[in-house]
Amino acid sequence: MALLQLSEPGKSQAPHQQRLAAGIDLGTTNSLVASVRSGVAETLPDTEGRHLLPSVVRYTGDQRIVGHAARSAAVSDPLNTIVSIKRMLGRSIDELNSLGSLPSYHFTHQESAVPRIQTLAGAVSPVEVSAEILRVLVQRAEETLGGPLEGVVITVPAYFDDAQRQATKDAARLAGVHVLRLLNEPTAAAVAYGLDTGSEGVHAVYDLGGGTFDISILRLNRGVFEVLSTGGDSALGGDDFDRVLARWIMQQAGLSDDVDHTMQRRLMRDACAAKEALSSAGSVQLAVELPSGDCWRGELTRVQFEQLIMPLVRKTLTPCRRALRDAGLSVADIADVVLVGGSTRVPLVRILVSDFFASPALGEIDPDRVVAIGAALQADVLIGNKPLDEMLLLDVNPLSLGIETMGGLVEKIIPRNTTIPVARAQEFTTFKDGQSAMAVHVVQGERELVSDCRSLARFELRGIPPMVAGAARIKVTFSVDADGLLGVEAREESTGVTASVEIKPAYGLSDAEIGAMLRDSMVYAEQDMAARRLREQQVEAERVIEALQAALASDGDELLNSEERASIDASLSKLVDLSERNDPAQIKAAIEGLEKQCESYVQRRMNANVRKAMSGHSVEEFK
Amino acid sequence: MLDFSKNYFELFGLPVGYIIDKSQLAERYRELQRVVHPDRFANASEQEKRLSLQRAARINQAYHTLKDPIERGRYLLSLNGIEMDVQQETTRDSVFLMEQLELREELEAARAKPDPYATIAELMVEVNQRFSNMVGEMAVQFESATPEQLEAAREILRKMQFMQKLRHDAEELEAELDEAL
Repeated sequence: MALLQLSEPGKSQAPHQQRLAAGIDLGTTNSLVASVRSGVAETLPDTEGRHLLPSVVRYTGDQRIVGHAARSAAVSDPLNTIVSIKRMLGRSIDELNSLGSLPSYHFTHQESAVPRIQTLAGAVSPVEVSAEILRVLVQRAEETLGGPLEGVVITVPAYFDDAQRQATKDAARLAGVHVLRLLNEPTAAAVAYGLDTGSEGVHAVYDLGGGTFDISILRLNRGVFEVLSTGGDSALGGDDFDRVLARWIMQQAGLSDDVDHTMQRRLMRDACAAKEALSSAGSVQLAVELPSGDCWRGELTRVQFEQLIMPLVRKTLTPCRRALRDAGLSVADIADVVLVGGSTRVPLVRILVSDFFASPALGEIDPDRVVAIGAALQADVLIGNKPLDEMLLLDVNPLSLGIETMGGLVEKIIPRNTTIPVARAQEFTTFKDGQSAMAVHVVQGERELVSDCRSLARFELRGIPPMVAGAARIKVTFSVDADGLLGVEAREESTGVTASVEIKPAYGLSDAEIGAMLRDSMVYAEQDMAARRLREQQVEAERVIEALQAALASDGDELLNSEERASIDASLSKLVDLSERNDPAQIKAAIEGLEKQCESYVQRRMNANVRKAMSGHSVEEFK
Repeated sequence: MLDFSKNYFELFGLPVGYIIDKSQLAERYRELQRVVHPDRFANASEQEKRLSLQRAARINQAYHTLKDPIERGRYLLSLNGIEMDVQQETTRDSVFLMEQLELREELEAARAKPDPYATIAELMVEVNQRFSNMVGEMAVQFESATPEQLEAAREILRKMQFMQKLRHDAEELEAELDEAL
């Protein structure tokens, strides 16, 4: 039997136990991975020294090409080369259509609500495409850091709704990486700045990326980042600058709207290059090869460009106003504005934003990398490499959660900008005598009509005991966890019957679909399914063992009597023993058994910690 | 045992009462979250994660309740055995209702003004002044909390809800004006 290794109480883990964790910025246009090495957070380059990984995946017959090589093929092979996939993540085809920016791919018909793009390698979903990008980043980090990653923090736009967050998590699951937390991009940027400068006060974070816009107002107070409000537009970004510019070029060059995919991509590429050049130059020369074989030449000045994008930049200021109002603050309260996202390189954006907030705009950290750096810092804390009380992030849910009531109206249950995690209960009753089931429709959004909000899930409460109409009291508890994901629980209060809740994801992937994708990707990666399952359980066992050993070392003697202690020790060493064998089912059972056994100990620990935190207050002040 | 038996004031180690030290409340809130927040349990067992989630959600709820003058009043009433029906209850004070009607008309008229934002802002200064007067009146009622005073507090709360709704509608109007920009 293996001996338990117990560290001395109060001592932290030995330095060699520094765990490998990374922060990933999964962007619309580019993605990055960063990690904390020797106390410094930095983005990790590929073997050729490039930090940015273009978020582009090309599917050929038997290969998946990710990054620079794929981006080069975007023009020549537009249908098999997927760009800006983040815009499609967690959305249905209908929604993409209504956004008016449906990329030019061939979509396959299917029963699932998730769009699938037809490629040479078969139909792929946005979750699978995103997983390909994550795999490359994880691999880069593992090669650079010299070992497997134990966990990652993935950033998402603060304005991402439940389905978009869930889809991001699904992509990570598909890529086989453990997600410590989904972190809002603006919060990550604030972390990157806050820890460097230690500046207390209220800050605005203006994040204009390739496809999304986010604004967050947050207060920094002794290492605690409290998000006061957040807002934005999940379908507005630098890509839209390119699009208006491409349209302008088409008009100037006399091109009609029905140019082919290749021409469209080429125009978008030229537009993007012109936009980037105009950040420093006063004008650019343009040349477009026409289908007729002729060449159109023209000039675009920065002033013209600014006129073209002005309405788009102005559009970002409306969410800024709303975020200030939601925070109960005015422009005068804002100390500074942190600029995030490549699109904030556009001079007009900097000027308008700085004017709006009447504050200096901060941009010392590369706006492309700042989010990944913040995520790496948070990953380092969450994985346990840093003392936990050094930094704490208190984030909010970006959109109101509600349910459908009579007449297609929305009853808000958790309003937007409520600090998460949050749980709110609502009571329902039956409409008819003897009614045994009821349907609940959960929506997300700010509007009053269900039809104007995003449908998240429909579920049925079943097994309600027969009663007269209006007598049943069904308490439904809605919760949003620290990742911003929704959970629902229901209970009939008068009888204590727990009604079964079945959530049918409106636009997400079902577990069966993810299972099938996982199997497919296994075949692709030529990995053995059984070996992977065993490894997963072993990693889980290691996690549980380490956490419990650390807990026992710090307060096991205090909180457990000798009998309890002996029995936990016995189960613990049994798990240690099993985790070295190769039966995943047995390891799983042992983990579950041990967790059940420790239930009361875990509760006692948390209470003891809370008491400790509050000690010194209650005694003298609460007589 | 902590949490589920303690009331929100006890949870934060603060005296039960309407007047609250906001900076102390915020400080205690941060101290508590540092201990129970799910970020501290990112690597812990599922069980600990669940427990941490419940505790952190409860502390958030407590903070939200104690911070807000209306929620705090309502909570104090419920500690005194009075449950208000937020949806149904309304004041019958006709003078107050008349004033509300006038304030709403002024708000609606702001739309047509050359600088609607300025008109709304002026109106809000007045509304906020009245609201903070009500907060003062509330504090008095909870000092000794006799049945009559609790009833008076309940009536003030009904009126505060009106003011709150008005503030909310003013914000909505501003948002609507923003959209039109």
